[in-house]
Amino acid sequence: MSEINSENNVKPEGDFKSGSNLEKVLRAGHFAFTGECGPPKGANVHHLVEKFHHLKGNVDAVNITDNQTAVVRMSSLAASHLMIDHGLEPNFQMVCRDRNRLAITSDILGAYALGIRNMLCLSGDHQSFGNHPEAKNVHDIDSMQLINLVTTMRDKEEFLNGEKIDVAPKLFVGAACNPFADPFEYRVYRLANKIAAGADFIQTQCIYNMDKFRTFMKQVVDMGLHEKCYILAGVTPMKSARMASFMGKMVPGMDVPESLINRLKGAEKGKQAEEGIKFALEQIEEFKEMKGVAGVHLMAIEWEQMVPEIAERAGMLPRPVV
Amino acid sequence: MRLSYPSNIKVIQVPCTGRVDILHLLNAIENGADGVYVAGCLEGECHYLTGNIKTRKKVNYVKKILQEIGIEPERVEMFSLSSAMGLKFAEIAREMNEKIKTLGPTPVRKKEAA
Amino acid sequence: MIVADRKSLEEILSMIKDYKNIMVLGCKGCVTVCNVGGEKEVSILASALRIARQKEGREINIDTKVIERQCDNEYVAQLKETVGNYEAVVSMACGVGPQFLSEAYREQKFYPAVNTTFFGGAVTHGIWEERCAGCGTCIIHDFDGLCPVARCAKSLLHGPCGGSSKGKCEISKETICIWDSIVSKKMEQGRLNDLLKVRAVKDWRTARDGGPRRSIREELTQ
Repeated sequence: MSEINSENNVKPEGDFKSGSNLEKVLRAGHFAFTGECGPPKGANVHHLVEKFHHLKGNVDAVNITDNQTAVVRMSSLAASHLMIDHGLEPNFQMVCRDRNRLAITSDILGAYALGIRNMLCLSGDHQSFGNHPEAKNVHDIDSMQLINLVTTMRDKEEFLNGEKIDVAPKLFVGAACNPFADPFEYRVYRLANKIAAGADFIQTQCIYNMDKFRTFMKQVVDMGLHEKCYILAGVTPMKSARMASFMGKMVPGMDVPESLINRLKGAEKGKQAEEGIKFALEQIEEFKEMKGVAGVHLMAIEWEQMVPEIAERAGMLPRPVV
Repeated sequence: MRLSYPSNIKVIQVPCTGRVDILHLLNAIENGADGVYVAGCLEGECHYLTGNIKTRKKVNYVKKILQEIGIEPERVEMFSLSSAMGLKFAEIAREMNEKIKTLGPTPVRKKEAA
Repeated sequence: MIVADRKSLEEILSMIKDYKNIMVLGCKGCVTVCNVGGEKEVSILASALRIARQKEGREINIDTKVIERQCDNEYVAQLKETVGNYEAVVSMACGVGPQFLSEAYREQKFYPAVNTTFFGGAVTHGIWEERCAGCGTCIIHDFDGLCPVARCAKSLLHGPCGGSSKGKCEISKETICIWDSIVSKKMEQGRLNDLLKVRAVKDWRTARDGGPRRSIREELTQ
C-alpha cells in the first residue's frame, strides 16, 4: 500500500480550482447558501424544471442527487446538465455504489465537458434501502478515494493509472460529513482525512442536535480544519412532528432530539410546518455566527417550493454576484 | 392410580428427551405414523440441564420440514410434564389422539401399504 | 470454513421431480462442520424427500453416501463404481462439490442441495458469520485483524460511513459496523494515526474481478 500525499493537491492561492460560482462566493468570504434537488423518477424534464424555478437566484449552487437512498432516478449527470441549460449552477453528486473506477472517471470527464464545475463525492446509501435491493453493489473505490481521484485528475492532470489527461477536468470538489454518526469522537478525524484527500468544501448531514454540532465544530476549529476547507452546515426543515420522529428513529445516523419533536408537537394545529421552518431559521442565524461555518446547505426534500421563502426570511437574499 | 390412555399410542422410552433426534421423528413419519410427539420434562427441570429445550428446537425443525412439504405440522408436537404427572400424561395422550383423528390418516403411505 | 445453507425442499423437490432413483451425497469437509451437508443432514434430507414423494404417491429410492471431500479428485474417484447406478446425484457439498463431480463423471447429472454463502465461522453454536471475502490481497493487519472488505456493507477502506449508529451498520440492527470496531480498537490502543491517511485504491485483480483464479505451487505439482 502506498500513501498518497495530498500536499501535492494544493494549488497556489488566488488561482481558482474550478472557477465555479460556489467557489467564488466562498473564496470572496460570503456566507454560502446551497440547495438540493432530486431528479425525477422518470424522464420528466418538466417536473425537474419546475423545481429549478424555486431554486434559481435563491442559492449559489444546487446539489443534484445521485440515485439518493438507492432509489433509481434520472441520472445526476443528465439532470446537472439540464440545470446548467436553465441558468443554475449544479453541484453534481456522485456515489461509489453504482460505478467502478472506469465509469467514475469517464463520468467526471463527461461532467466537465458538459460545463459542470462542482462535484460532491459520496459512498452512497446501501442499495438495501432503495427500490432495487437485489442489485450488485460496486464500491470499487470509496468516497475518500473518489475525492483523491477527482482532485488528482484536476491538479496533476493524470488518471488514476498515471496516464496524462488530454484536458483535465477542473472541478471544485466537495464531500459529505455526518457529525452525528458513531463513533462521535472519530468524526472530526474522518473529516480531517477527507480534507487531506483533497476536499475543497464539506456539506454536513442534516443538523438537528445543535449541542452536539457545537461540540463538533469546536473540535473542527481546534484542529484548524475550517482554514483548510469550507464547511457548509446541513439544514432540512421539518414538515411535522411525525417526520421528525420518523427521521430520528428510521434514518441511520440521524440525530433528532426529543426536544425538537416536542416543540413541533406543541405547535398549534396546522402550524407544525411553520414551527419546523422557524427552527431552521434559528439554526441558520446561529450558523452565520458560528466559527468555522462557511455557509448553509439547505436540503428541502420534496419541499423545493419553500426555498424562496426560507432564503428570504433567513436574510440570504439577494445572493452575491461574484 | 390406574389411568387409561389410547391404545394406539406406542411409547418409546429414552433416558432424556435430549436423546430424541430429528431423524427419529422423521423416520416415524416416513414409516407411516399418523403423528408423533415427545413428552419431556418441565422446562428448567431437565436432569441434563437443557435436553428438553434442545429437543423442542428439533421438534420445531421437523414441523418446519413438514410444513415445507405440505404436511400438517401439528402431526409432530412436544409436551412438557414431569414424571409425577400421570394424569397430565393421559390427558395429553387423549388430546394428541383427538387431534390426529381430526387431521385424518397420514398422507405418507408406502405403496405396498396403501 | 465455507458456509452454506440448505436450499428449500420445494426447490430440491423440483430439481428431482423426474427421477425415481437418486443418491444424496454429503461431504465431510466444511459443510459437515457447519451442519449443512454432513452425515446427519444427508439422512434428514433423504428422509424429508422420501416423505414428500410418498405423500405425492410417487415413491423414490434414495441412497445416501458421504465422502471425505467432494473438492478432491482422490475422494471423488471413490464413487466410480456406484455413481452410474442412479438417475441423478444431489450434492450437499458447497458449490465446489457438484462441479468436481460433474467434471469427473460427465454422463451423470449433479444437483446442488445447498446455497454456498460465505467464508466464515460459528460465532456461537448455530450461528455463522462472514469473515473473509477472498479478495486475494489480505490487508487485515492494517485494521488490527478486522476485515472491512468482507465485513463493511460497502467494503469501505475509510470508514465508518454516515450510517454507523451505536456500533451497528445501517443495513440492519443485527449487523455490526466493523468500522466502529476498527476505530474503537485503534482509539483504545492510541494508534488512531494508522487510519489518518488516504489508502491507494485496491487492486481487485487478485479478487474474482480478475477472472477465475488459480493457485500453483510448483513444489507440489507432478
